Amino acid sequence: MKADPRGVLTGIHFIDGDHACCEGALAAGARFAAGYPITPSTEVVERFASRVPKVGGTFIQMEDELAASITLQGAVWGGAKAFTVTSGPGFSLMMEHIGYAAMTETPCVFVDVQRGGPSTGLPTLPAQADMMQARWGSHGDYEIIALCPNSPQECFDLTIKAFNLAEEFRVPVMFMMDEVVGHMTEKVVIPPADQIEVVPRKHTRKSVEDYLPYDTNGDQVPEMAHAGEGYNFHVTGLTHDEHGYPNMTPQVQDKLVRRLQNKIRDAADRIAMFEEEQLDGADVVVVSYGITSRVAQRAIGVAREQGLRVGKLRLITAWPFPEKKIRELAAKVKAFVVPELNLGQMVREVERAAAGQAKTFAVSHAGGGVHRPEDILKVIVEASRCQTA
Amino acid sequence: MQLTEIRVAGFGGQGVILSAILLGKAASIYQGAFATMTQNFGPEARGGACSAQLVLSDSPVLYPYVTKPDILVVMSQEAYVRFVPELKDGGILIVEQDLVRVSDINQELQVYSIPATRIAEELGKRMVLNSVMVGFFTAVTHLLDADAVRKAVADSVPPSFLDLNLKAFEKGLEYGINAPTATTETADAELQEQYSPE
Repeated sequence: MKADPRGVLTGIHFIDGDHACCEGALAAGARFAAGYPITPSTEVVERFASRVPKVGGTFIQMEDELAASITLQGAVWGGAKAFTVTSGPGFSLMMEHIGYAAMTETPCVFVDVQRGGPSTGLPTLPAQADMMQARWGSHGDYEIIALCPNSPQECFDLTIKAFNLAEEFRVPVMFMMDEVVGHMTEKVVIPPADQIEVVPRKHTRKSVEDYLPYDTNGDQVPEMAHAGEGYNFHVTGLTHDEHGYPNMTPQVQDKLVRRLQNKIRDAADRIAMFEEEQLDGADVVVVSYGITSRVAQRAIGVAREQGLRVGKLRLITAWPFPEKKIRELAAKVKAFVVPELNLGQMVREVERAAAGQAKTFAVSHAGGGVHRPEDILKVIVEASRCQTA
Repeated sequence: MQLTEIRVAGFGGQGVILSAILLGKAASIYQGAFATMTQNFGPEARGGACSAQLVLSDSPVLYPYVTKPDILVVMSQEAYVRFVPELKDGGILIVEQDLVRVSDINQELQVYSIPATRIAEELGKRMVLNSVMVGFFTAVTHLLDADAVRKAVADSVPPSFLDLNLKAFEKGLEYGINAPTATTETADAELQEQYSPE
């Protein structure tokens, strides 16, 4: 399905990542957002609040993040595409309802423009330290999808992708920006609406009599109905059977929770997006994401000038983690170098996926700025001298 | 153009950020280059220190921040004191001459001065001093096509101020074309006073 032209600001713009994310949401068809604005994400909803009334939608500034993160889910069950926007402290408060969205299979997008933490930390300065929280922050077993843009253009393109994945898999998608990408201004090309592919709601075609809200029909993703259409359904965070009603037996729990997990895991290869460069014959592969990938690129360039064989793997999809890709590479390379604006998060996934076949070097940074390229270069040099694992 | 790092700094309310946006837009949208603009965020609004960083290049900009600027545009004494030491040897320093006293320079620099605020006031609105500055920048740096910057000004300002901003741009451009390289200038104490933070 093509995008609704009313939401698409076709043209060439010079805007920051936050504004580009908002335009991506509008182009994807989002017509509802609920938020509790917080630096450095405020510009996303500020723009949405001024733009969305003109295209026939609603923004509600809520009393807090709990309200925001559940109100958007009400809007989804009412038929809208919806999202919320926050940063670390608000993201923490939203965790309960991210679990709810996973359990009730409510397609929606949570944008987290990461800043330094823990707690209120560094409101105006970058970090990438919510990556594990995005994956594991709510209790229980569930899977989500998380994307990491590294430019304002990707904030536009990948926000559309985030909404599309949310609809396809009926899953909350985490859009993991960082303060630098959010506040960085660059050229952003917004194509005409007829060149933007959007995934519509997986709405049931069954009659009211035949519809079972959580019947998978042989697929892993059930079909939705919306409130007010005459379908009878019940939405609950309690363990439920295909009728949507609570059914709290180990058998139903096993069937439901495994499906929630497998609908994402089984599609991991299809969901995985990454950018790769000179991986063939590389001794060292730098794995990075978000703003750090651009800083790392500079270090990679210098390392290659020094004659080192360095490959690049930029994670665009952080979750599900592309472990197959890492495992394959681990068999061929000496080491991975993982720079990130935290004290070690995705590096542990790389290490786990490498399973001892290659060494893993972290280049940690507590946040508040970006790495100096020379700090990454130093570790690349060290890694390329190491003995094969 | 090769990788060029630019810092624009002054007080909030002088149009520091918009100046950087105009230059970045000219480069990336109207001249086919790449531009990345970042701004220093603080709690200040009008009157506080304000600075924007702009990196221009023929190839995609990777590192988003200015490390050692090739060009520094300063519109306040505070910004001058803070940022001049980081300017590259042989770099270009552009100053609002009524607001900045150029002294204590330790590196080889090309210094260009313009009374941008006064010119803007003569045009009828002090607010357009950033368009004057951008015009002056265009003339003295030879980095961007005047037409590209003109287009960027035209599509960035509110329609009701379009003519005034274009006039301001032309004034700055003209002043720059005729500008000799200055070395030291005396700041206007009265204007300095008006712009000083509370």
